[in-house]
Amino acid sequence: MRDPVFIEFFDDVERSIPRAECAALVDWLNTAPIETLRMRQNAAEQAFRQLGITFAVYGDEDARERIIPFDIIPRLFSAAEWARLEQGLDQRVRAINAFLNDIYGEQRIIKAGIIPHDLVFSNPQYRSELVGMRPPHDIWAHIAGIDMVRTGADGFSVLEDNVRTPSGVSYMLENREAMIRLCPELFRQMRVATVDGYPDLLHAMMRISAPPAARDNPVCVILTPGQYNSAYYEHSFLADSIGIELVEAADLLVEDDKVWMRSITGLVQVDVIYRRIDDDYLDPEVFRPDSMLGVPGLMRAFRAGNVTLVNAPGTGIADDKAIYSYMPEIVSFYSGSEALLPIVQTWRCREPDACQYVLDHIEDLVVKLVDGSGGYGMLIGPLATKAECAQFRAAIRAQPEKYIAQPTLALSAVPTLTDAGIAPRHVDFRPFVLSSPDGVAMVPGGLTRVALKQGSLVVNSSQGGGTKDTFVLMRDEGIA
Amino acid sequence: MLSRTAASLYWLGRYAERADFSARLIEATVRLDALSTRPAGSAAWASALNVIDAGEAFAALGKHVEQRHVAPFLLCSPDHPGSIWRCLEAARTNARAVRMALSRESWSAINNAWLRVSTGGVPKDGAGLLALLEGVHSSALSLTGAIERMLKHPSSMFMRLGGAIERVDNTARLLDVKYHILLPEEEVVGGVLDRDQWTTILQTVSAVNAYRFLYSGGLNARNVIEFLVLRPELPRSLIAGAQEALEQLQHIAEVTHNFSAADSLAMTRLAVLRRLKVDAIIGEGLHEYLEDFIEQNAALDQAISTQFRFF
Repeated sequence: MRDPVFIEFFDDVERSIPRAECAALVDWLNTAPIETLRMRQNAAEQAFRQLGITFAVYGDEDARERIIPFDIIPRLFSAAEWARLEQGLDQRVRAINAFLNDIYGEQRIIKAGIIPHDLVFSNPQYRSELVGMRPPHDIWAHIAGIDMVRTGADGFSVLEDNVRTPSGVSYMLENREAMIRLCPELFRQMRVATVDGYPDLLHAMMRISAPPAARDNPVCVILTPGQYNSAYYEHSFLADSIGIELVEAADLLVEDDKVWMRSITGLVQVDVIYRRIDDDYLDPEVFRPDSMLGVPGLMRAFRAGNVTLVNAPGTGIADDKAIYSYMPEIVSFYSGSEALLPIVQTWRCREPDACQYVLDHIEDLVVKLVDGSGGYGMLIGPLATKAECAQFRAAIRAQPEKYIAQPTLALSAVPTLTDAGIAPRHVDFRPFVLSSPDGVAMVPGGLTRVALKQGSLVVNSSQGGGTKDTFVLMRDEGIA
Repeated sequence: MLSRTAASLYWLGRYAERADFSARLIEATVRLDALSTRPAGSAAWASALNVIDAGEAFAALGKHVEQRHVAPFLLCSPDHPGSIWRCLEAARTNARAVRMALSRESWSAINNAWLRVSTGGVPKDGAGLLALLEGVHSSALSLTGAIERMLKHPSSMFMRLGGAIERVDNTARLLDVKYHILLPEEEVVGGVLDRDQWTTILQTVSAVNAYRFLYSGGLNARNVIEFLVLRPELPRSLIAGAQEALEQLQHIAEVTHNFSAADSLAMTRLAVLRRLKVDAIIGEGLHEYLEDFIEQNAALDQAISTQFRFF
């Protein structure tokens, strides 16, 4: 039997007793006429459409015109909850960077027997090309999007780490803009911490992460696959809010192991590249030779220490779902203390006992491909047909090392505006954590994704998920 | 600024201008063909095709040269790279690539023009056609306005530079194709055919009233040539375009501190135009003069591409 769903805002399942920090929000929700909420929500979506905040789903003909649904009812964290999350995220992201340094360096964690040898070396996300490589300032994952779920008043766990090129931060910023414009009264009734410092924080992180030789006035750019990429809006939005160039591969070239950009006044050396292109496509000289999106020679420049890549290549080994199951051990190995953020219990099908358990209980479990993302390659046991379960069983038997399984979580739900009125819908949460030589930093907030279909646990935008603003209170004073 | 961004803005300027010119060319030809006292018929459409160098492409379709075939071909043919729709599509693609360098108004103007033609389909009759062309024209106007209101930044300068280079090319081609009409051998000067044909030319550059304002003596070849080549008051004259191109190049140079071949070409071209007299053009042959001018303009376009590293 599954645990009862935790409905955020409330202390009880009947939704009658608001939690102290949510009292003002619940009050607002109870008094705002539903038609007003609907009108505001439409206005927000209209504005997103006009701004062109669209995304593409592969295989969708009208992809260019799609927007991610926006829900007008925010979710909320108290200052104390956020402080706890922040601490845990700080610890986790430092450990991830230490792990990457180690795995491409001394490999102490493997020698210590904490992580199985072959889990790393036979992992497609492990880039042997990078062994012995040290990126500027030893930072690999400058930007991490850590997917969190909540299962109770105090139950936060990490569902997934994203340390390749996590996306979605533009929604955090645009959703807040929309909320301030459409529901100004909310910001008078409670002190919500601001998130609009994110572009400055990102820019500062990029500047200080530049190779030491370029420290005085580094040239930073964002590298996009181009206007047909599903996240192009975000790329251009970030470049614009920081005030740096948005470049495509053809704008860059490598000479003398340095990266240059073609400008109207000639070649300008580039010191920091926030790249939104996957490792595989980054440099045809090293990775996929057929890549048209990459910059030939980029890895030579990176190896020579002449350019900072945000994030560094090879980080995928740290957010692999099989490695994920070792995160508590990884965190305590490098930090010397217990991991503050728990993970979700995970069965690794590569281990025979675990595999047998998964095969026997597949109807109750969520099965995931270790290198899948975006909600693809996933089976949700309780919602799957017998045929689908059988199909996954066969796949697991054939290649057990490619699968992990987790219990079906009772994800928390947040009141959401639906066609049938206000009703709870399941959510997750992705804060964006920045690492630089100055330390770890984040803005108080993140992207809350919501599964708009009743009962659905899939929050991915490619599968009908929407987003909400995430309020973090500045202070909890006056809250009992 | 990235070379690619500059190139996109420049081509956005050129394509938007070309779409606008074609819209006015079709509009003027409709009038010449159908609305004048002595309809010019298929000759009018043949010469319109020649103005934008599309005669061969249309002939390949094997259709009669008449409004109901030529107008849709010039307006919305997906296969003809010079059709208004294709020009707007190219302008919009360039605009999308540099979305952040554009003001919201500039983007909307391009997007609206594209939407209008994309969703409009082939107009059923002359009135529908004229209404659609009017729509394209007003979108072009709002783009011009939006660009002028943009920050004094290389973004707007490259768009205006592209517009200026395209504009003089169009005007020169228009004059070149109609030059035998302008310099008649047999037709009585001031005859009915003349007047209609000349009016068409002036309509295509939106300058009927401007001409009447500047020249009191009625329509004559010498004046029309002087007007379209040498009068800086007319925005679509060759000299006005040459001046605009030079000004934009100078603005860009102020920002980039970079002068080179394109600047000196543009400067020389304007200096020559300023000294030129209309009788000299007629004396040496209008056709030869225009051919030369179009070639020079292409050389300037090439020099701009090289100077700012487009490609």
